[in-house]
Amino acid sequence: MSDAPILSVAGLRKAYGALTVTDDVSFDVRPGELHAIIGPNGAGKTTLIHQLSGSLRSDAGRVSFAGEDITRLDMVERVRRGVARSFQITSVLEGFSVLENAALAVQARSGSSFRFFAPAAREAQLNALAMDALARVQLDDRAQRRAGSLSHGEKRKLEIAIALASGARLLLLDEPLAGAGKEETAVLVELMQDLKQTHTIVLIEHDMEAVFALADQVSVLVYGRMIATGTAASVRSDPDVRAAYLGEEEAA
Amino acid sequence: MSAASQVSPAATPGVAEHRQGGMLAGRGAAMAAAVIFLLLALLPLAATALNDPFLMVTATRIMIFALAALSLDLVLGYGAMVSFGHAAFIGIGAYAVAILSANGVGDILVQAIAAVAASALFALVTGAISLRTRGVYFIMITLAFGQMAYFFMVSLSAYGGDDGITLPARSTLFGAPLLDDDMALFYAVLAVLILAFAGLRAVVASRFGRVLRGTRDNAQRMQAIGFSPFRYQLTAYVMAGAIAGIAGVFLANQAEFVSPAYMTWQRSGELIVMVVLGGMGTLVGAIAGAIAFLLVEDWLAIFSEHWKLGLGILLVLLVLFTRGGIVGGVERLTGRSQP
Amino acid sequence: MFNLFLLQALNGIQFGILLFLVAAGLTLIFGIMDLINLGHGVLYMVGAYFVATLTAWTGDFFLGLALALPATLAFGILLERLIFSRLYERDHLDQVLATFGLILILNEGVKMIWGAAPMSVPIPDLLSGSIPLIGFMRYPVFRIVIIAAGLLTALGLYLLVSHTRIGMLLRAGATDAPMVSALGVDIKRLFMLVFGLGAMLAGFAGAMVAPILSVEPSMGDSVLILTFVVIVIGGVGSVRGAFVAALLVGLVDTLGRTFGPILLRSMMEPSAAAQTGQTLAPMLIYILMAAVLFFRPSGLFPSRGAVA
Repeated sequence: MSDAPILSVAGLRKAYGALTVTDDVSFDVRPGELHAIIGPNGAGKTTLIHQLSGSLRSDAGRVSFAGEDITRLDMVERVRRGVARSFQITSVLEGFSVLENAALAVQARSGSSFRFFAPAAREAQLNALAMDALARVQLDDRAQRRAGSLSHGEKRKLEIAIALASGARLLLLDEPLAGAGKEETAVLVELMQDLKQTHTIVLIEHDMEAVFALADQVSVLVYGRMIATGTAASVRSDPDVRAAYLGEEEAA
Repeated sequence: MSAASQVSPAATPGVAEHRQGGMLAGRGAAMAAAVIFLLLALLPLAATALNDPFLMVTATRIMIFALAALSLDLVLGYGAMVSFGHAAFIGIGAYAVAILSANGVGDILVQAIAAVAASALFALVTGAISLRTRGVYFIMITLAFGQMAYFFMVSLSAYGGDDGITLPARSTLFGAPLLDDDMALFYAVLAVLILAFAGLRAVVASRFGRVLRGTRDNAQRMQAIGFSPFRYQLTAYVMAGAIAGIAGVFLANQAEFVSPAYMTWQRSGELIVMVVLGGMGTLVGAIAGAIAFLLVEDWLAIFSEHWKLGLGILLVLLVLFTRGGIVGGVERLTGRSQP
Repeated sequence: MFNLFLLQALNGIQFGILLFLVAAGLTLIFGIMDLINLGHGVLYMVGAYFVATLTAWTGDFFLGLALALPATLAFGILLERLIFSRLYERDHLDQVLATFGLILILNEGVKMIWGAAPMSVPIPDLLSGSIPLIGFMRYPVFRIVIIAAGLLTALGLYLLVSHTRIGMLLRAGATDAPMVSALGVDIKRLFMLVFGLGAMLAGFAGAMVAPILSVEPSMGDSVLILTFVVIVIGGVGSVRGAFVAALLVGLVDTLGRTFGPILLRSMMEPSAAAQTGQTLAPMLIYILMAAVLFFRPSGLFPSRGAVA
């Protein structure tokens, strides 16, 4: 395994008028790494995910993926190259079956979707790959259920399964634990432990316990600036971080 | 500047809420359609028995609008694009017949090809521009383009202008005047309607249709897995335009007359009403809606020349007090909840 | 030639001013309430009918106008309370259907009350003359008055929108309506006010054209669609955009119909030029709209993202 970063972010900026929400953010993620980004509310974490996934154009800076400059590519182009995101607010196709949610993501990368007559739901190849992704998140037994009828925790899993099914090598997970109960959290953390074996992950999360259990690298974002990056242990002991962020958490 | 700088589908999110799931979207829809088609196929027998040839003329006209409503359902019900210019495609198809037959080309195949080409081209150009926008813009722009087509036909003084033009004769097939017989025309329209229904049913279940439906439900999600909505929505828009063009070909033949009145924006509004009343995103609903709408129209017209007033009141009340159209009402009554 | 141009330019401006009066209220309704209202054109028609009836009753156009304005205002507010206020939370399709129904009701209702035959309103004596422009050219006083009244209204609107608290709320509302309601503003009253004002402006336009056009059912329909074109070009929610776009549409349409064939005649033979001109002229404003959209999908003065 080479040590060259698979994701490299340099000098990324985004401002809305006078409000700078992403301020000169730089970091690298090496293949197979789980890189967590933490920070207080309003630090600009979700904006950063938007910029990395391509749904929001950056004002300045560079994003490279697998050695290619993808700064100017839109979300669709980035997905094709293997960068997929999950949404903080669950965003599955509620009216579709669980299987179809994943199968659509497979369809997006396998062959043309300008096929007009053969029923898509009977394409064995698509369904098989979709089932693999579902099995990975232990949703295979729910495949025929309507996605809208899933529990909250199951929908969070489906979010991840969809990202997997899209063939991503890099997963951008935006607060996958948001709104999850204690047991659901434990299951999802275990799931991410497993995903680490095969995927590079950028994780945004509020749950510190989960972050320090999972992350190889942790970056701290405060008001759009990255004030520290390092291993979990080094970040935890960083006085700036304690002052700006962890102190708050402990006080709370 | 806005947060989702690349989420630009014309989809109106709320449209998905109108969509009917459950029985009518699945096998039940095919059953309902089979019943409707069977009844229609037997209708000429009834017309003969009752000695009421006008029945067949009415039914033919209804089926022609059902064909147009069916095509609109692809755009509106499956694509969540509130297109307010659909009547323009009917008009373009009808004028293709009028202009060609006025110039000595009476063969329906040639006319149909011309109609499909012209309406698809118009859909491609106006759709490509309209789909750059969304929400109220999309509605207004499709309405405006429909009106543009209307004024274009009004200005064609060589083909009757405002007054319209009477066809020298109905279209022929390989030189044979097959459609001169009302019953032949009836069955021709029925056949095309069934074909279009079956074809569109396959399309909405296909890879393409699945992308279209996914975009309707959640465009952002679709982009996040790598689909650009624009191409799929535009393709659906063009397909629908072409089918409505075919409806125009039949409308011209049925009436043996073509006028800009076929493509007024009120017509477009009525087509939307048909699709919504019948239940969007079910295909069979569009057919049922067209039948119900035109029958109610005829029925109201018996009572008063001011039947449009009744129609208007009915519409306002339906929107204010029910959701999901006739089918939605039926499903609620029978306790079938919407997904 | 220059005289003809001047005359047609004035006609175009007058037409544009009328479109602006109808569009100003509607663009705010679209922008602030995110409501697609197809029924705005019928308010223009209702204004014309009110002035026709009230002028006949009172025997005086000015008195008729003075009564017609509050009447359309009241009518607009009544519609808002009865129908539109129930549509704000609905999706665009519901709004399209309900307001489409409203058009049918009002067009037909007008026919039942006043009959299908066009009505005419005499131009008041005071304004019936014409004034000299250049040389032999004269221009009807009444049309000048329409232009002046429209410009005054535009100025009044400008002051209202840019210099008052209500205007501030309107501008904020057009950009971010949830924000305005989060600020604790009584959004219901604001909506009712905007709607009433919009109705009155549309009614005013209808009333002003009553003496120079015939007052008839469905007269609002064609105006409605031109208004849409104006709003799309100007940018939803922008009164300034509506003003610029309305004048643009008025001028392009009027001048295109007159000078299009003349211009074409220099390029092709006369009969072909006449036919082409006749075909192209009514389409010009739609082509203009398409061109603007192609380069600026949210209009000339975007105040809210049409394209996200």
